[in-house]
Amino acid sequence: MTLAEHTRVHGQLPAHAPPQLIEMIDRSGLRGRGGADFPTARKLRAVASARTRERVVVVNGSETEPASAKDRMLLSRLPHLVLDGAVLAAEAVGAGEVIVKVSERAAGSIRGLEGAIAVREDGIPVQVVTAPDGYVAGEESAVIHYLNKGQQKPTLVPPRPYERGYRRRPTLISNPETVAQIALIARHGDTWFRQLGTVPDPGSALVTISGAVAEPGVYELAFGTGMPDLLDAAGGPTEPLRALLVGGYFGTWVDASEISRLHLSREELRGVGCALGSGVLIALGESECGLHESARVINYLAGESAGQCGPCLHGLRALADLVCDLADGVAHAQERDRALRWASEIRGRGACHHPNGAVRFVESALSVFAAELESHQHHRCDARSAGLPLGHVAKAHK
Amino acid sequence: MSNRLRVDPIACDGHGQCAELLPELIRLDDWGYPIIDEREVPPELLDLARRAVDVCPTLALWLENSSGR
Repeated sequence: MTLAEHTRVHGQLPAHAPPQLIEMIDRSGLRGRGGADFPTARKLRAVASARTRERVVVVNGSETEPASAKDRMLLSRLPHLVLDGAVLAAEAVGAGEVIVKVSERAAGSIRGLEGAIAVREDGIPVQVVTAPDGYVAGEESAVIHYLNKGQQKPTLVPPRPYERGYRRRPTLISNPETVAQIALIARHGDTWFRQLGTVPDPGSALVTISGAVAEPGVYELAFGTGMPDLLDAAGGPTEPLRALLVGGYFGTWVDASEISRLHLSREELRGVGCALGSGVLIALGESECGLHESARVINYLAGESAGQCGPCLHGLRALADLVCDLADGVAHAQERDRALRWASEIRGRGACHHPNGAVRFVESALSVFAAELESHQHHRCDARSAGLPLGHVAKAHK
Repeated sequence: MSNRLRVDPIACDGHGQCAELLPELIRLDDWGYPIIDEREVPPELLDLARRAVDVCPTLALWLENSSGR
């Protein structure tokens, strides 16, 4: 959307006094859409109340989750909405500078984004910073580390970015979808925002649906939408499903028998050990093998360790090798217990959440695909590969 | 004031001296990295805990009290 189209559809950027805008965001119940689900107003307040006056807003458009496409979609199709939100957030927290950080995989959206910045008349400098791809590169301490020192590796927190971030300044770091929602709430109000969704989960979310569905892509859906309706939004399953991966590669598999009773609801998903994460859903068909797909994914995640923390570097590698052996029927099924022990020992022992997310994924795979694990002991698996995207090979969906 | 052992996993190289000194609270995983019992250090182990902190070659281990690092 050009600036003219954007202004015609959404109207001028509204002016709110900073405290009122934060109040409005608070009443809207908006939570961060990068995966951590943190209440946005609390984050805004934390930066706004920092003692240091020099503050920064970083839009974290890294989108390193291979199966996610929503942030690139926003940055390329609706750059002005994201920029409006970033500028509004900067006003709300008293920041004098905005940085939009994107990964090289988003190369297609960068020129458009820079063009959009050039035609705007924001009273605040906005710059785009591009960084190499990598799964942990999107972790917020890794983003700050990259901006400060050119190293895309997580750091030990605290201090968190809102305390000491870019150039040691209090930094608001937010996902493009989150700031786009800020831009909409600032224009239309928190009551408008709450017209969609449920009381505990107001509003809508961008969900990237892929796998065994007829029309994979990015869809905006209201919280509270049933999972079957979500799949139907993406054209419906192309074959009977075996499972659904909820929340990307730090997420969890849900057995097909459970899908029909689930909704796009944080609380409900948490009840079955799931989190929406950055809004990635991958449908796995019955003709595909969840165990082999999971082995490929954990192998990928082990390779994506920043390599800084022993339990993540060595533990995930060993775990990935074992899961691969289990999938191939080379390791005895009893080795599953060793894999689960490793998973629980690795959890919480890295500086960032990479090992935690990876072991959660493994635990759910070993639980949901227990039958496959057993059958692979006796029979060769001849399921076709679902080809879950790994790294930047992810196809850019519509 | 409570004291808890903490490790900086980035700084830790898995030398394992802490676990040797204080097996009551620190054991090693299958790759030689410490798994730390993060409950309060009992008073009778406090001296050993301090020594474990002191011997860490990479300064990765510390005692955290309720007032922070």
